[in-house]
Amino acid sequence: MGGDIPLHWIFKHGGMEPMAGFLQQLVNGLSLGSIYALVALGYTMVYGIIQLINFAHGDVLMVGAYVGFAAVVFLKLSIWWAFLLAMGCTALLGILIERVAYRPLRHRGAPRLAALITAIGVSLFLENSGLLLFRPEIRSYPPGLILNRPLSISLGGIDFTVTTFQVTILAVTGILLLFLQYIVYWTKTGKAMRAVADDADAARLMGIDVDKTISFTFALGSAFAAVAGVLLGLYYNAIDPLMGIMPGLKAFIAAVLGGIGLIPGAVLGGFSLGFLEALVSGYWSSRMRDPIVFLLLILILLFKPSGLLGKNQVEKV
Amino acid sequence: MAKGKYIFWRLVALLLPYVLIQGLLGAGLISDFQQITLMMMGINIILAVSLNLIVGFTGQLALGHAGFMAVGAYTAAVLTLKIHQPFLLSLILGGLAASLAGLLVGLPTLRLKGDYLAIATLGFGEIIRGILNNVEYVGGAAGLLGIPRLTTWTWLYGFLVLTLLGVMNFVNSTHGRACLAIREDEIAAETVGINTTYYKVVAFSLGAFFAGLAGGLYAHYFYLIQPSSFSFFRSFEVLVMVVLGGLGSITGSVLAAVGITLLNALLQDLAEFRMIIYSLLLILVMIFRPQGLMGRREWSLARWLEKRGEARGPAGS
Repeated sequence: MGGDIPLHWIFKHGGMEPMAGFLQQLVNGLSLGSIYALVALGYTMVYGIIQLINFAHGDVLMVGAYVGFAAVVFLKLSIWWAFLLAMGCTALLGILIERVAYRPLRHRGAPRLAALITAIGVSLFLENSGLLLFRPEIRSYPPGLILNRPLSISLGGIDFTVTTFQVTILAVTGILLLFLQYIVYWTKTGKAMRAVADDADAARLMGIDVDKTISFTFALGSAFAAVAGVLLGLYYNAIDPLMGIMPGLKAFIAAVLGGIGLIPGAVLGGFSLGFLEALVSGYWSSRMRDPIVFLLLILILLFKPSGLLGKNQVEKV
Repeated sequence: MAKGKYIFWRLVALLLPYVLIQGLLGAGLISDFQQITLMMMGINIILAVSLNLIVGFTGQLALGHAGFMAVGAYTAAVLTLKIHQPFLLSLILGGLAASLAGLLVGLPTLRLKGDYLAIATLGFGEIIRGILNNVEYVGGAAGLLGIPRLTTWTWLYGFLVLTLLGVMNFVNSTHGRACLAIREDEIAAETVGINTTYYKVVAFSLGAFFAGLAGGLYAHYFYLIQPSSFSFFRSFEVLVMVVLGGLGSITGSVLAAVGITLLNALLQDLAEFRMIIYSLLLILVMIFRPQGLMGRREWSLARWLEKRGEARGPAGS
């Protein structure tokens, strides 16, 4: 197994042809982009259904990464069981957060500001409990959990490299996206989700259990975040209690970029953000990556606040 | 009671804490540790009151207060340390730089309804830190060292009073009323002809100005400023003060800032533990007492004197 190669294996395009270098960055962007897409889906689903930026989403990702770590190191499970266990635990955590922190506010009809502040509270609580329980030090997943061999690909005379790990990330994301598509469009729960997102009061009149549907949305989004957390842990070969903050913020930006509340938008936004990051760090400087991403957010808000796929909506009084 | 008497008592109340503490300082009765706590109290009051203007009075959730503080701190420190400008001028220019930064972030994001400001300001704080970390002129990650210690109790108290008077007068002016209207109902405010974007941006950049001042005072008290001193945990801490004291109560913010600073000093060695307490406070206050400890009430000396007068039976007048 290719434990020798760091998993975030980025080819420097120095010795390569410009075109090959570009393709290489695209490949790198694709794998990071799929992780962002997974996180962005959770943001966008929750936003779509209760119009709340769930600040704690990034920290749920962190919890997922730690559950995966514990499953692999202490329970000696294979990485695939670690994914499932992490998904299960964070789904429960998501339901718990919604139940304890957000539902009381919603039932009282509290202003949005109150819900947002609560979300920040939950996020801080998870981060600092993480710091207290897991200690602030960086931990690494043991090597060799996942096959990571470079594959040389030749496309029209241009050579570039894809690692099997990058392929795995893409495959996992693809499977989860299909699964989500199935749930949202082919099951009764999915229909209920769409109905609640459209108009919660009308949905309630039709006999849909709105609270249960919202709980399910949180569970689904959190499970996706857990997968992203474990993947990120493998990708950077490091997890720490504050690891969720940056991917959380960026995934939110991805969701806004694609059009918040729209599932295809989250996927498109995630991939676009991944490409942008890969290009900035490949061609400019990895130090400029984060500032550029936040600049992007401000630009979207200036020019197309509804996002790439969103339609401008007229607010009704 | 005669009006002249109020003014007299107000002046006494205004000067009493200053004279008292100045006397204690002069007599050497305040230890170094207590002095640091005292200074932090003043700085935190300025931060909390200015954030309350944005979050409590205008109803816009901003999470970049540490970023504005950093802009003010670095601008003022560079001016005194490297360009040898007078302290007062440096502080004010620091505040203006922060308010300019506020304008840059606020203009695109405050045009929009919804919660974009929270994420944009959070991102802004991180951009500022990213830039400071990379600029060698201001010391990069190591920070600026050897800033002259120019902040004295007199300067701090002067700016504290200036902030309190400034924010109180703003809130009670036409501008402040417009901001309150926006908080209560943005659409209704727009309907009666209030230029919502204009007033939101004014409140936001005014809040940023005072945060910049606080940053300048901070820099000139602690010799050393580093990008890491202005992380978003500090922004959250200020938010906790505002929420705890009451969204829309200046005296509440003052009390909460004093309380939290004392708690910080007591729990100095238990940083994570402290943050867990704060985050739980944030959640619990939002669920059980969303208006904060003081709600929107203000503690007023005049009213207090009046009540006491009534309790004693009809007094003069």
